[in-house]
Amino acid sequence: MRSFLLDALRKGTATIAPPGPDAAALGEAAQALGERARQRLGRSLAIREIDAGSCNGCELEIHAISNPLYDVERFGLKFVASPRHADVLLVTGPVTWNMREALLRTYNATPEPKWVVALGDCAINCGVFAGSPASIAASSPVHRRWSDRSPISCRSTCTCLAVRRRRSRSSRPCWR
Amino acid sequence: MSAARDLADLVDGRAAGPDGYVRLAVDAGVWTALAEGCAGGLHDLGALWADGGAMRMALSDSGRGLRAIVSLQTNAGQYPSVAARHPPALRLERAMRDLYGVQPIGLPDPRPWLDHGRWPGRQSEARYEFLPTEGEGLHQIPVGPVHAGVIEPGHFRFTANGETVVRLEERLGYAHKGVEGLMAGAEIEQAARIVGRISGDSTVAYAWAFARAVEAALGWTPPPRAVLLRGVMGELERLSHHINDVGAICNDASVLTIHARCTLQREDALAVANACFGHRLMMDRVVPGGVAADLSGEGIGKIRGLLARFEATRAEILRVYDSMPSLQDRTVTTGIVSAKLARQYATGGFVGRASGRAFDARKSFAYAPYDRLDFDLKVRTAGDVDARLLVRMDEIGESLRILSQLLGRLVPGEIRAARPAVAAADEGAALVEAFRGDVFVSVRVGKDGRLAGVHARDASWFQWPLLEAAIEGNIVADFPLCNKSFNCSYSGHDL
Repeated sequence: MRSFLLDALRKGTATIAPPGPDAAALGEAAQALGERARQRLGRSLAIREIDAGSCNGCELEIHAISNPLYDVERFGLKFVASPRHADVLLVTGPVTWNMREALLRTYNATPEPKWVVALGDCAINCGVFAGSPASIAASSPVHRRWSDRSPISCRSTCTCLAVRRRRSRSSRPCWR
Repeated sequence: MSAARDLADLVDGRAAGPDGYVRLAVDAGVWTALAEGCAGGLHDLGALWADGGAMRMALSDSGRGLRAIVSLQTNAGQYPSVAARHPPALRLERAMRDLYGVQPIGLPDPRPWLDHGRWPGRQSEARYEFLPTEGEGLHQIPVGPVHAGVIEPGHFRFTANGETVVRLEERLGYAHKGVEGLMAGAEIEQAARIVGRISGDSTVAYAWAFARAVEAALGWTPPPRAVLLRGVMGELERLSHHINDVGAICNDASVLTIHARCTLQREDALAVANACFGHRLMMDRVVPGGVAADLSGEGIGKIRGLLARFEATRAEILRVYDSMPSLQDRTVTTGIVSAKLARQYATGGFVGRASGRAFDARKSFAYAPYDRLDFDLKVRTAGDVDARLLVRMDEIGESLRILSQLLGRLVPGEIRAARPAVAAADEGAALVEAFRGDVFVSVRVGKDGRLAGVHARDASWFQWPLLEAAIEGNIVADFPLCNKSFNCSYSGHDL
């Protein structure tokens, strides 16, 4: 164990510099969030991740953004264990019919104000699973109302979470 | 009850296809006798699936190098249940009944498995009844499908007496997205993309198994360089997940320093994979006919650098792990899987190999490029969390050796062969060792060159049931450790 600590002292911190702000993305975020949301949230965001039938690729990359290299928590982004503690529900997967009720219940358990962010092709438009009767259609409100396309990679996940927070227009769950 | 029948006398004298499988149609009597043979330990059940009007079963005997796929024509969907004789088939038969409406006669557990009563046109409000538990002072703890961590969806129903788990019952199927239905009738290229997303952590292994199955069906030969590159990608995938699992197990025992070191090493591997093949998880890089990304000379240098760093990390983690009795107190003798169960379920991967089952598709049914490489099959016998962690560490060492040999053998050449014309409808199957165990893929290609049917069986099918056995008698707080040491795929199982 001592060797770990000595090694860390010798090599210095592993965490890399954050990606520079993308002007277009910042503008989009400012527009989407509004001043009131910023006041409410301060500089932190509590995220509850929900796998609604993903292949687990997105989960691997979500894990990766918490590693010491990317250290997403330094931006005030924290993954929480309960929807009761969350500001944002981060949804992956094409939303299978078998996960619909659990997703709805998790949404209802999250206090207002809340945002839903779709991560990856599948959550946005079902991706390669489009057309399957086992998942909710890509044309349904679930997929249409959610956030922009965000290709899977841990760096883009960081950026996505940092700037693409969109307010759901009403408290009514969009996949009902 | 009919007598058990050995696979060896059934396939005796019959020629295997180019994929190594002997294919034959059987009647209900032979089908039942083969199921009895599985129960009697004469051969292993590898897969069981519905295909058109038939039920099919993949059987193998790695000791004698025998593999067969037997087909039984159902009687209007009805056929004799395999699970009635051999319990490991139970969830497979429940799943196939839900998906294809086949009726296994004598199925010991009639409850649905993948069908939660939520699919359009199949809605049902019937409650899923968990198995009853009786006794004084028992309480139930329902967990999931939305868990506290960032993990896949599944439900665990614990019955506990105080801290001790008396029974765990799993309920899976939440991630079911109908992949087999999507692939039936699809173009080969489209199906390859879907197969690569059955379980994202094993995307290379799935794509490879699918490619080999399609190549066997079409008589398509990938160029030698592509075969070596598939090996490179497969081993990079294995390395990245094994080190991740080791870290995650230690994390669940609250040793965050080892976890941090492991995730950094994993990140290193993913960054190298991205630099070499253009995708961190190497999705869609293994394709039927070869590979979709070549490895440059610079890339070879990057992988060689990674091997040296990985070896140093492995040695360091092992040294620190060995020096922490408080960590080993959590892992040693926790979540034991008996050798008997591993044998009965023909459990692959580190779960089987940590319980004495010496099976690795790369050795037991060696395929290119592994058939000409020098590496060892690492087996341990304790069957606990510690053994599953150490098997992973052993395998990291072997993967590093394999990668070094593969890089040394790379010679310039084509990376993808042109697709041959489809002469007739045909089929193929393949077994590929993913990081968590053997992945089986069987395909039927139609005359029009489209896929008529695809079945993929993840290693998790034969690992999930053993997790229920492993946790029994352990404390509830050790479940995360046990679960992480298995690291079964939900998506790969739910299809």
